[in-house]
Amino acid sequence: MSKLLEINNLSVTLPLPGNTLHVVRDVSISLERGQTLGIVGESGSGKSMSALALMRLLPRSAIADATTMQLDGLDLRTLDDRNFTRQIAGPQIGMIFQEPMTSLNPVYTIGRQMTEGAVSRGLLSGKQVERKAIDLLERVGIPDPAGRMSQFPHQLSGGQRQRVMIAMTLMLDPTLLIADEPTTALDVTVQAQILDLLDDLRRERQMGMILISHDLAVVAERSDDVAVMYGGEIIERGDASGVLRAPAHPYTQSLMLAIPHLGMAPGRLGAIPGTVPSLVSPPKGCIFAPRCSYRREDCTTARPQMRDHDGQHSYRCVLETPPTRHAEVIPLRAAGTPVGQDVITATNINQVFETRKALFGAKRQIQALDDVSLSLKRGETLALIGESGSGKSTLARILLGLAQPTSGQVRMLDRPVAELAPQERAAFVQPIFQDPYSSLNPRRRLAEIIARPLQLRGEKDSKVLKQAVGEALDIVRLPQRLLHAYPSQLSGGQRQRVAIARALVTRPAALICDEPTSALDVSVQAQILNLLDDLKAEMGLTCLLITHDMAVVHQIADRVVVMLNGKVVEEGPAQQVLKTPTNDYTRNLLAAAPRFEMTNAEVAS
Amino acid sequence: MLKYIALRGLLAVLVAFTVSLAAFLLLNVATDPAYAIAGEDATPDVVETIRARYGLNRPLPVRYFDWLGGVLTGDFGESYYWHKPVAELVADRADETLKLAFSAMFVTILIAIPLGALAALNPNSWIDRMALGVAVSAQAVPNFWLGLIMIILFGVMFPILPVSGDDTWRHFVLPAFVLGASSVPAVMRLTRTGLIEVMGADYIRTARAKGFRGWPLLRRHALRNALLPVISVLAVQLGQKFGGSVITESIFAINGLGRLALESILGADIPTVQMLIFVFAIVFVAMNLLADILNAAIDPRIRIG
Repeated sequence: MSKLLEINNLSVTLPLPGNTLHVVRDVSISLERGQTLGIVGESGSGKSMSALALMRLLPRSAIADATTMQLDGLDLRTLDDRNFTRQIAGPQIGMIFQEPMTSLNPVYTIGRQMTEGAVSRGLLSGKQVERKAIDLLERVGIPDPAGRMSQFPHQLSGGQRQRVMIAMTLMLDPTLLIADEPTTALDVTVQAQILDLLDDLRRERQMGMILISHDLAVVAERSDDVAVMYGGEIIERGDASGVLRAPAHPYTQSLMLAIPHLGMAPGRLGAIPGTVPSLVSPPKGCIFAPRCSYRREDCTTARPQMRDHDGQHSYRCVLETPPTRHAEVIPLRAAGTPVGQDVITATNINQVFETRKALFGAKRQIQALDDVSLSLKRGETLALIGESGSGKSTLARILLGLAQPTSGQVRMLDRPVAELAPQERAAFVQPIFQDPYSSLNPRRRLAEIIARPLQLRGEKDSKVLKQAVGEALDIVRLPQRLLHAYPSQLSGGQRQRVAIARALVTRPAALICDEPTSALDVSVQAQILNLLDDLKAEMGLTCLLITHDMAVVHQIADRVVVMLNGKVVEEGPAQQVLKTPTNDYTRNLLAAAPRFEMTNAEVAS
Repeated sequence: MLKYIALRGLLAVLVAFTVSLAAFLLLNVATDPAYAIAGEDATPDVVETIRARYGLNRPLPVRYFDWLGGVLTGDFGESYYWHKPVAELVADRADETLKLAFSAMFVTILIAIPLGALAALNPNSWIDRMALGVAVSAQAVPNFWLGLIMIILFGVMFPILPVSGDDTWRHFVLPAFVLGASSVPAVMRLTRTGLIEVMGADYIRTARAKGFRGWPLLRRHALRNALLPVISVLAVQLGQKFGGSVITESIFAINGLGRLALESILGADIPTVQMLIFVFAIVFVAMNLLADILNAAIDPRIRIG
C-alpha cells in the first residue's frame, strides 16, 4: 500500500518588489494512514507555509513547486484548481487553524457552516446532513448539539469554536487532517482537551494528521514522527521520541536546552546566539551555520546532506556523529537570594465591573476580583497563575496603582498606594507588557524610548540621560549601536529587552511583568528568562510575574499564587505547589501542561 | 430583534425632535422672519404689522410648541408665498424628488458596487486603477458642472435625451446619473476596502479549506460581511440625495422638493423652508434607522448580543 501523503522537494517562494523570499526550501515529508506527523519550528521557519502550499491556500503571489506531491497515490500536481477544491480540499484534506475566534464566519449559523460543504457537493440529503452534523458536534463534546446548530459563532467560547471547527472538517470525512497551531490561542486545560480529542478522532477514523506547533512539548506528546524546521528547511526528522529526546542536529539540541522543563530542576537556559536567517538570500551552506557552536569551515561552502542517524532518524549536518550534549544543569544565578519584607501588599481586593448591553439595557455586574489578598516581598519572584478571565491582569493594574479597586486596600512600601505620588510609584515599580510589538512607540528611536521615564521624572541633563540609557542597554545585553535604531528594526526578543530596559532605567526595585514571554519564540523566551535571573542576582530585583505557562513558573518563580474566577485558590512556595498541589484546579492546570517526561511505555522499554 | 428595533426607533424619534428644534431656532433666531418677509426697504411699521399678522410677536417657546403641535397633527402652516397649506405643497412635489433620489441611488449602486468588487478581487490591476481614477474624478467634479456637461453632450451635441422637465422616465436619465455620480466614490471605495478586508479574513481561508472558490466563495461567504458597512453608507448617501436634489432639480428643471426649497428660500417663505428642512431631516433619520435594522438583520452579532 502506498503512503497516505508523500511530498518531495517542496519549495515556496514569495516574490516581493525588489527581491524574493524563499519561505520554504527543499522540504520532503511523508505520512502513513493513522499516524501523526508533528512539524515544529519557531516563527518564520516555514511550517505553516508548507501546509498552506499543500492545501493551495498560499498568498496569491506565492509560487510553490515540488517534485512529488501525492495523496493516496494521486498526483496532486496534475489537478487544476477547480478539481483540487472539489475533490481534495474538504473531502480528502481537512484543515484546522490557529484562530478559533475568527475562523468561523460571524454572520452564518453553526449549522449552515457545518453542512454547506456536504450540501454543495450534493453528497447527502438535507436530513442526513443535519443528522451527521449534530452527531459530530456531540462527538467533539459540544453540549446540546441540536440547539447549537442555529446559534452563531460569537455565542460560543474559543474552545467550543475550535471544537466546531474540528467537527466541521470531519463532515466530509477527510483522510488527512492538518492542524495548524490548533491550540495556541487557547487556555492550557482547553488545549489538553482539544489535543486529546484530535488524537482520539485520528485513531477512530484512521486519519493521517499533520500537527503544526511552535510548542515542542505539545508535539512530543502527540506525534509519531517529527520534522524540525528552521529557516524554511527541515533540518531534522524522524520518530518523535528520537528527535525530541535525543536530538542530533545542533539546532534541535539548542532548542531543547532553551526550553524550561517541568520535570527537571530549574537551571540556566541555553540561549541561541544570533538571529534567524534572512529569507531573502539564504546562505549557500548550512542554514544554521551562522548561529551554530559546532561550525566548521565546510559548513558554509555547501549545503549538508540529510544524514542517517539510527535508521529512523536523520539530520542535515556536516557532523558524522551528532555532538554530545552536556547534560549538567547550570544552576540559576539568583538561586537562594534572600527574601526581605513585604513591599506591596493587597488586602481584601474586590473589583466589580458594571456593563450595559445597550443604552437602556439593564446593568450587569461582573466580579473580576473576589476578596483577593496577596503580598510581594523584596527580592522574590512571585508568579501569578491563572487562565484567561481569572482576573490576574486586573489585579496587576491595581497593584501598580493604575486602577482603583471597588474595595480593599493596596499598600506599597508600607503606605497606601493612593498616597504615593505617581513619580514615587514609578520609581519603585515598573510594568512590562505581553506584546513587545505594540508596546513600543514605532516612531521613536530606542534612545528616546528608554530615556522617556527619566524625562517624565524631570531629568533634563542630556549627559545623565545618555549615561542612564547606556547602562540600561548594558543590563539587558543590547549593543550600544542600537541606540539610534527604531523598534521596527529589532526582533521580538530585542524589543522585549527594550521594554525591560525602559522599565529598568529609573532603577526600580520591582517589576510587574504581564505574560512577558508568551508572544515570543522559545529561544527568545530563554534569553528573557535568563535576563530576569541575572537581574535578580545582580540587583536583587523583586518581580511579579503573570503567566499561564507552568514551565515558566517552574523556571523562575519562588512563590506561586493560583487564581480562578477572581479568587485565589492556592498559594505557596513554587516547587511545593508544582510537586504537590493541594487544590483541584491547580492539579488540573498541572496535568494539562504539556511536558517531555517519559511515558510509561518508554520507561518500561 | 424587536427590542433592538424599538430602541433604535426611540432614538430616531429623539433625534427628529432635536432636529425640529434646531431647524426652528435657525430660522427664527438667526434671522428675523418679519424682516425677511417685509423685504429690505420696509419701514418699521410694516415690519411690526407683519409680525402681528403672522404671530411672530409671541415668545419663541410658544411659537415653537405651536408649530410642533401643528406638525404632530400634520399641519405645517400655510405658505406665505403660495397661500396654500405647506403640507399640500410638499406632498404635490414629493413624488418627483422621490423618483429622482431613488433612480440616482440605483445609478450609484449599479456603478459603485460592481466596480468596487472587481477592484477588490483584482487589487493593483488595470481595473483597480481605473476604478480609482473614476473615484477621484467623480469626487473632484462638482455636481452642477457635470450637469451642464451632460446637457451639452446629450442634449445639444448628441440630442438623444431630454434635458428639462419631468414628464417621462427619459427625463430622469441625465439627472439621475448626475446626482448618482456624486455618491459613487464613497460607496465604491468602501465596497473595495470592505471586500479586500473580508477576502483576507480567517473565515474565508476556512471556507477555501472546505473547498469553496470563485463565485460560490464570494456569494456564500464574503458578500454578506462586506456589505455591512456599505449599507450604512448607502443610507447616508440616500439622505444626501434629497439634499442634493436642490441643485440637480434646478439644472434639469424638475418640479420637485429641491426646487421648491430653492424657491421658498428666495421668497422668504419660512413655513415651507421649515417643513422642507424637517422633512429632509426625517428622511435622513429614517434612512439611518433602516440601515441599522438591515445591519441587525444581516449581522447576528448586533441582533443577538
